[in-house]
Amino acid sequence: MLLERLRGGPLLAEWWDLRDIGNAVGGFLQRIEEWGAPDWVPYVVSGLIGILGILLWLLASQIVFIWIERRAIALMQNRLGPNRVGPMGLLQPIADSLKLFLKEAITTRDSDRLLFWVAPVAIFTPAMVVFAVVPFSEGMVLADLNVGVLFLIAVAALNTMAVFMAGWSSNNKYALLGAMRTVAMLISYELIQVLALLGVVLFAGSMRLSDVVGWQSGFNTWLIFLQPLPALAYLIAGAVEINRSPMDIAEAESEIVAGYHTEYSGIKFGFFYAAEYFAGFAISAVAVSLYLGGWTAWGLEQWVPGWLLFLAKLYLVFSIFIWTRGTLPRLRIDQLMAFAWKFLLPMSLLNVVVVGGEVLIWREMDLSAGVALPVIGAVNAAMAVALVVGWGRMLGHGRPERRAQRALLTTEVGANFYGKAAPGA
Amino acid sequence: MDDAGAIAAFWILASLTVGSALMVVVVRNLIHAVVLLILSFLGVAGLYVTLSADFVAVAQVLIYAGAISVLILFAIMLTPQAGRDNAETLLRLPMLLLAVVVGFTIGLVSLETDWSIADRGGFEETASAIGEALLSKYVLPFEMASVLLLVSMIGAIVLVRSEGFSEEE
Repeated sequence: MLLERLRGGPLLAEWWDLRDIGNAVGGFLQRIEEWGAPDWVPYVVSGLIGILGILLWLLASQIVFIWIERRAIALMQNRLGPNRVGPMGLLQPIADSLKLFLKEAITTRDSDRLLFWVAPVAIFTPAMVVFAVVPFSEGMVLADLNVGVLFLIAVAALNTMAVFMAGWSSNNKYALLGAMRTVAMLISYELIQVLALLGVVLFAGSMRLSDVVGWQSGFNTWLIFLQPLPALAYLIAGAVEINRSPMDIAEAESEIVAGYHTEYSGIKFGFFYAAEYFAGFAISAVAVSLYLGGWTAWGLEQWVPGWLLFLAKLYLVFSIFIWTRGTLPRLRIDQLMAFAWKFLLPMSLLNVVVVGGEVLIWREMDLSAGVALPVIGAVNAAMAVALVVGWGRMLGHGRPERRAQRALLTTEVGANFYGKAAPGA
Repeated sequence: MDDAGAIAAFWILASLTVGSALMVVVVRNLIHAVVLLILSFLGVAGLYVTLSADFVAVAQVLIYAGAISVLILFAIMLTPQAGRDNAETLLRLPMLLLAVVVGFTIGLVSLETDWSIADRGGFEETASAIGEALLSKYVLPFEMASVLLLVSMIGAIVLVRSEGFSEEE
């Protein structure tokens, strides 16, 4: 796959053309082939190089971003942040990771030992696997699946079970509460994610991520201009998926200690911590590929390596997550669920219908892209603003007296259903 | 299925699927059973991949490993006395008999059937073909399924809806 992609296109298929690091790998693989290795050797070697590269990049980015995040949030909150280990505290993340490696990973007495051990691995794997389908640059993709978008959602869905395993096996009420909260959140926001990505697929006509990037580069536009509302919804759903403020009720310190990983320590906790960061990078990578043009930027990719553009956009999107974490207060669980089901879901559904109609009209009437795309973008942007404001007004968020005062308790639902007051309600 | 990789993949995935399915029945702990069931689902998804049914494979992961398993989990969590585990029941012997009968029938049928082998190679892309088939030839079952899901969703909302809750707040 890598070898085929090297030929053609504006890129020079020489190993030193590092606009596509795949070139260097491709040259290496060709050398292997010339040595007379069997067919499967280049295949396996390219896979290994890709996996190692992605893993090393993730670890390096994580170490840097732990420092950036802590310092940035400290700045936002008018304090100093880590500033003792190394110049400006730069070595703090390294010291922290060393500490995680060396600390004892305690397994509590009454925990379910097997699941307690499996859960960190199970949560780490999906966060890594997502990067298999993400195109870092032209040709720099590990497995260019033709069902890439669906693959992303499917892999993210595996998270739910891993979180539940961690919470349940800890045999701790806070861990179980955190796990149940996460499960409820993840199933709700998965729907939003699917509907948001559906709009992208409708436009691009393909679920292959490199095709979506190619579509955006072909029409010289980014899908965020055509799909402002789903892009926002995807980012919000992504923040829920990776448990970042203001959606971090699954590990709300003030309510349930640390949520589903309360009982974890040492390197097992390190796995959860790393998986959260990796998933954050994964969400950013997908948002960049699908909404922000991936490795293209209106011709700039002919001068700057595509993977550099991609990484710059990725870090920018990830910084938005840091920014929201530093500034927004945590939502209550009923607010979060109501936001998904009453606000985002109807709007996403409406968006899918509208986008379907737009694409149909565009195709049937054979309009030129220069006319159709600006009109579609303007219509969708106007619709986004009108929907957010109008729907918010309709739900009564403009009038404080109509806001719900407290959550409907489970016992009250039961009482309502059985027609009598439940004990303790 | 000629090259060694595909054959190795088939046997690894098949043993994973069947082995974890067997463990689902054998283990005592219900949550362990769910986790093993997910492993079995993932094995089936892998088998779909080897059959070049990529869309079905990903849908299998999304729906079975992602959603159905959570549904089963909720069922276990909401069941009274779910903590007493997969204990012995009176149904053990009849179910064993039933399982043997079903297994015997399936084995017999698969041995007797004259399997036709497709020689046109793998599919290029299945997702768009499935989409077109669903919205043209099979549009009626597709729409019926969606209406059924809508009805069940509305039913669930009506069941737990509190009368006049929002008004009295």
